[in-house]
Amino acid sequence: MNKTINQKAWFFVIPVFVLVAFNAIIPLMTVVNYAFQETFGNNVFMWEGTRWFKQIMLSERFHASLGRQFLFTFIILFIQIPLGIAIALTMPKEGIGVPVCLVLMSMPLLIPWNVVGAMWNIFALPDIGFLGHSLNALGFDYNFTQQIGDAWFTTILMDVWHWTSLVVLLSYAGLQSIQPAYYQAAEIDGASRWAVFTKIELPKMKKVLTIAILLRFMDSFMIYTEPFVLTGGGPGNATAFLSIDLVKMALGQFDLGPAAAMSLIYFFIVLLVCWVFYTLMMRNEGNQ
Amino acid sequence: MKKAKWIVPTIYIIFLMLPIYWLLNMSFKTTTEIINTYTLWPQEFTLDNYKTIFTDSTWYTGYLNSIYYVVMNTVISVAAALPAAYAFSRYKFLGDKHLFFWLLTNRMAPPAVFALPFFQFYSSVNLFDTHVAVALSHCLFNIPLAVWILEGFMSAVPKELDETAYVDGYSFWRFFFKIFIPTITAGIGITMFFCFMFSWVELLLAKTLTAVAAKPIAATMTRTASTSGYELGLLAAAGSLTIIPGAIVIYFVRNYIAKGFALGRV
Repeated sequence: MNKTINQKAWFFVIPVFVLVAFNAIIPLMTVVNYAFQETFGNNVFMWEGTRWFKQIMLSERFHASLGRQFLFTFIILFIQIPLGIAIALTMPKEGIGVPVCLVLMSMPLLIPWNVVGAMWNIFALPDIGFLGHSLNALGFDYNFTQQIGDAWFTTILMDVWHWTSLVVLLSYAGLQSIQPAYYQAAEIDGASRWAVFTKIELPKMKKVLTIAILLRFMDSFMIYTEPFVLTGGGPGNATAFLSIDLVKMALGQFDLGPAAAMSLIYFFIVLLVCWVFYTLMMRNEGNQ
Repeated sequence: MKKAKWIVPTIYIIFLMLPIYWLLNMSFKTTTEIINTYTLWPQEFTLDNYKTIFTDSTWYTGYLNSIYYVVMNTVISVAAALPAAYAFSRYKFLGDKHLFFWLLTNRMAPPAVFALPFFQFYSSVNLFDTHVAVALSHCLFNIPLAVWILEGFMSAVPKELDETAYVDGYSFWRFFFKIFIPTITAGIGITMFFCFMFSWVELLLAKTLTAVAAKPIAATMTRTASTSGYELGLLAAAGSLTIIPGAIVIYFVRNYIAKGFALGRV
């Protein structure tokens, strides 16, 4: 759509700008303050320069939680995106099945995150949980509070349970926007199912899939509540992802300086990855 | 072949329902049964857990608090986002692209980063432990999301609609409320759904910004879990009840979701 140039449009944006700035800029400035200074309370600050940043960048603890975070995000994207597409492709396209699928599949998305954690905790308990009990009955030595592998397995399974539906809903939206004429043309040409998928469906889903990947990346990268309730970051620090580690440092140990520096680095990484995605997305839009 | 297609969504839905069933199952059991035996369904069916929640005010005010700030946040977010999304979808103005990306960056900001400064900031303006504080703080991620979604829906409406209305002598605001908003109700429905969803499920900020008066149900649950040891039945009942508002919202917006999907943008 060709847009008119109109500087007065700023007036429409002002409420949003004020509300978000109120929430974003002031707290962010506080973080910046702490990141460059040492404080002993009572509003007494001493300039520390980049000391906290150096400390964080060189700390093994940060490297470890960052590594765990990337591994986790990579694994869940790798499972959720293909699985979500597959489910969207097999979902009914019309009739009573559509609302049934949509409503049931949306359910996990609307459960408060700590309840998701608590629910999976109860579900996975080795003695009284369905998952834990069944796995042990089948002969697996499963205990997610003791064994690192089991803790990871449970956390990933929980995230797949929680968020795959978002990918399904978005992919489904993309599929629904394809005109039937495309499929008819493909049928006349004798295109295989795979050709229909790669040549018609996938290109049409590109835009919503970008949104899905972007949302899943952002949200999995800042995951906190669910693993915190499920495993508490444990056993040891095995599932202490970035946010869990950060909260531990800021509110648990009250190391405000390093925590603030870590916040800024953390935010910067998310920003960088999202900027790359966003630029790619916008470029694609320009081509269409 | 046609029949086999049903298998994948069916298995997926069963997988989704299993943990929810387990939670419900636990909520109807007595504590002794939970601790002592492993049963696939409650042997001694009891409603005691639910009775406790509905009669104890620390529990049920938690639900009311949550619903109160979630609704407040949804209204603020959508009301503020409507004109902004219109501006982004119709006009070019100084710094529009940068502003749009800046808004999105706030959706990306990890709440853990903001928890402590938020606490200090809202305490200093005397809003700590109020519903308004939580509703406003959730604007941080909900307004960008609302603008993003609404902009998509608005861009799908041809500009000729605006121009025809002005030719017919409509003033801007009359056009906006009488013609434009009704054409994008599906989009507004979806936006409200997402705002409700992200505000309802968020806990970190809501917990940080409240103590007693505005404490959300989710925080009541974590505190019960840590203080009174192992009251799994009660916890399961409280958890089951948090699913209900979401289920009601999904039920009401299900047609909007289908319609919104037809527009090809969520």
